[in-house]
Amino acid sequence: MGLWYSISGVLALLLLVLIGVGGIRLYSVFGIFIPYLAVILFIFGFVYRVLKWASSPVPFHIPTVSGQQKSLPWIKADSIDSPYTTGGVVKRLALDILLFRSLLKNEKVELEAPHRLLFRTSTLLWLGAMAFHWSLLVVVLRHLRFFLEPVPSALVVLQRLDSILQNLMPIIYISDVILLIALGYLFFRRVIYPQVKYISLPSDYFVLLGIAGIVISGILMRLIYKVDLVQVKEWIMAMLRFRPVSPKGVNLFFYVHLFFVSLLAAYFPLSKLMHMPGIFLSPTKNLRNTSRNDRHVNPWDHEVKVHTYDEYEDEFRDSMKEAGVPVEKE
Amino acid sequence: MSEESVKDKPLKIDYTPPAKSWLEPAVDFRKGNYGYPASSKHEMYLGLENPREWHPPEKDWKLPKDWKEIILKGMEDRLSRYRSFRLFLDICVRCGACADKCHFFIGSGDPKNMPVLRTELLRSVYRKYFTLSGKVFGKLAGARELTEEVLKEWFYYFFQCTECRRCSVFCPYGIDTCEITMMGRELLNLVGCNINWVVEPASNSYRTGNHLGIPPHAFKSTIDFAIDEIKEITGIDVEVPINRKGAEILFISPSADYFGSPHWYTFLGYLLLFHEIGLDYTWSTYASEGGNFGFFHSADLAKRLNAKIYSEAKRLKVKWILGGECGHMWRVIHQFMDTFNGPAEFLEEPVSSITGTHFDNAKSTKMVHICEFTADLIKNEKLKLDPGRNDKWKVTYHDSCNVSRGMGLLEEPRYILQNVCNEFYEMPDNTIRERTFCCGSGAGLGSDENMETRLRGGFPRANAVKYVQEQYGVNLLSCICAIDKATLPPLLEYWVPGVEVAGVHELVGNALILRGEKERTTNLRGEPLAQGEPLDSPA
Repeated sequence: MGLWYSISGVLALLLLVLIGVGGIRLYSVFGIFIPYLAVILFIFGFVYRVLKWASSPVPFHIPTVSGQQKSLPWIKADSIDSPYTTGGVVKRLALDILLFRSLLKNEKVELEAPHRLLFRTSTLLWLGAMAFHWSLLVVVLRHLRFFLEPVPSALVVLQRLDSILQNLMPIIYISDVILLIALGYLFFRRVIYPQVKYISLPSDYFVLLGIAGIVISGILMRLIYKVDLVQVKEWIMAMLRFRPVSPKGVNLFFYVHLFFVSLLAAYFPLSKLMHMPGIFLSPTKNLRNTSRNDRHVNPWDHEVKVHTYDEYEDEFRDSMKEAGVPVEKE
Repeated sequence: MSEESVKDKPLKIDYTPPAKSWLEPAVDFRKGNYGYPASSKHEMYLGLENPREWHPPEKDWKLPKDWKEIILKGMEDRLSRYRSFRLFLDICVRCGACADKCHFFIGSGDPKNMPVLRTELLRSVYRKYFTLSGKVFGKLAGARELTEEVLKEWFYYFFQCTECRRCSVFCPYGIDTCEITMMGRELLNLVGCNINWVVEPASNSYRTGNHLGIPPHAFKSTIDFAIDEIKEITGIDVEVPINRKGAEILFISPSADYFGSPHWYTFLGYLLLFHEIGLDYTWSTYASEGGNFGFFHSADLAKRLNAKIYSEAKRLKVKWILGGECGHMWRVIHQFMDTFNGPAEFLEEPVSSITGTHFDNAKSTKMVHICEFTADLIKNEKLKLDPGRNDKWKVTYHDSCNVSRGMGLLEEPRYILQNVCNEFYEMPDNTIRERTFCCGSGAGLGSDENMETRLRGGFPRANAVKYVQEQYGVNLLSCICAIDKATLPPLLEYWVPGVEVAGVHELVGNALILRGEKERTTNLRGEPLAQGEPLDSPA
């Protein structure tokens, strides 16, 4: 059910931009106003959400330990999965953020017989997630060339590497191809695997379809409905100088591309996409497993009612004396 | 009884999700799958909210009139006090990596036992009342109205989570369902919905010092009984000090150790060990429970119960604290105690008076795990051990969730086991260490009325035990958790008959050669020793 809501939602938005630009020619709405608004919503929303998390304290020291603790000197401690130094925590986070190490541990459980389990390593999700996020990063980095003047040489190198196959095919970026395949995988696993389908919400499909809209319109602009990139860059530079003009020499696909980017940017802070900054704050990941040697203070710690020893002895004094257990008051 | 009906027909496990969306709340309180509600007597003793008599399958839960406001206010309060809570509600992408990591899902196939959906039960309400997208898009954004049906679902599923943290290991963001379950239970508490196997033990611990409600004279007589039993088995008179001021060490263990079976043999093991090394220590009747059932209720109740440990250490003027074999007790001690009730400045940094080892890892909390302590003794060759006395057993080791994922105590018990028994076999890698499977009965679920849930939740663990039983003939599952010791025997009897359960220090006690002991003819269970006995060869 969620799937169809999302598909129709994305199609409606597509129609909106097609009519808005192609039909009633609202160039400055879609070319200036919406992108500005989206950037503002993105920045403020993003910062607001992160500050909101940061404003809630971490009352207890709760790292998820996944390796041997540092205890006796002759027992080898796991410096990453049970980090005991800040360096260890950084490594643990870096491995998770850059290589999705936790997903790499994934395994699938199946019933081999009615009461017999089979564990299979399952790296497909890891592969799909890695392919998706890394190719997305390359695509985003490539786009920086529109925002920077002069274009840094590192970006030029990245672009060259990414288009290394162009001798064989029309100018196509490797990252685009991988991104599309990965998106397809992430989308279809939500449709095909019954359990993943069961947990998926309309917003889960919506995000994937929205990104697909961006990628497909971008690829079409590159391959078939070419736009004048010099004009695009001029439009961006003007936007950055706050002297906006509507882009010229561009076709409808550019507006579709831009509209979906704006949508996703504005939606980002409202959505699960906030997992990007969130992981840095995750208290199960970013704390050292040194809970017994470094005291952790709870900022909202409050007094609680306790049953004191005196109260206890008052109730059980006779019993204690009978048993010959020492008491405070005879 | 539910237990019998479960045993009659084999449990069916089916992973196909139902046709109906999870957003429609639906919960069927079938016998064997839920815990009885907390008795009002114990709720009142602890001063908890809304004490009353009620029963989950009944329609009317006798909630306070403004229950919804209470819950939503409680939620807002906790969102501002726990970063974990707010963050974990916000950042899940529903990738599904956690889905088949939960023992309750693996054993039941109920999709709401997938960690992601267990959290969605709460997250959906969070969205509705606390997020813009949920307020605007409603159901499309996965937002749900808080209704009594939803509350009932919370009760059902937050008491079908043992707070074992296995999902957290596999989650790319470390989302820990334990944190969510703890918050879910705190919210349920606000309107008086908790189970008796949490509240009664907590109330007993509060009043008598231990969860079984044992008064001091009964505690003393059980210790005397142990002394007699040790005399019979070893010929040695051990001394067991109680509430002794000025001892070097306060020893705290779960109370089941001195009242439960097979915990009892671990208890004998401790006493033998402490006698042999001449440990200057004491037991306490006031703090005669290491386990903390308050932890399954709320942070506040956990703190109220935990306070006894430091307060008793102070009164008895000990230097540091040693803790026995227990799972969640160690999660509380390792990750919470210092924050709850520290700093323990009146104590000293723990040093083993026998080996001189400084336990640097416990510098602030000043409490050492008995496996750390014993491993250090063995490494320094302070113990004479005859592993042959455990030859009756082919041993495997079950990592308890809390000491593995809440602490990282993985190698110490293994080192001990390798020194006290000759045949030790690991279960498959997917089921041990940080990936260990819960017994299915922790976090207050270890009562009889929810036996079906327990058997289902324990299925993955039992399945791994079955594997080593078939492969290597394993007949003993060792562990260091009191709840494991209490709940694994019926579990294994159902799934893997022929495998017994023992604490690591029971095996230490068997292997330990005491100065001046008579020749042992039985192990601590009173069973004839397999080795060195002319009348052996039982097979």
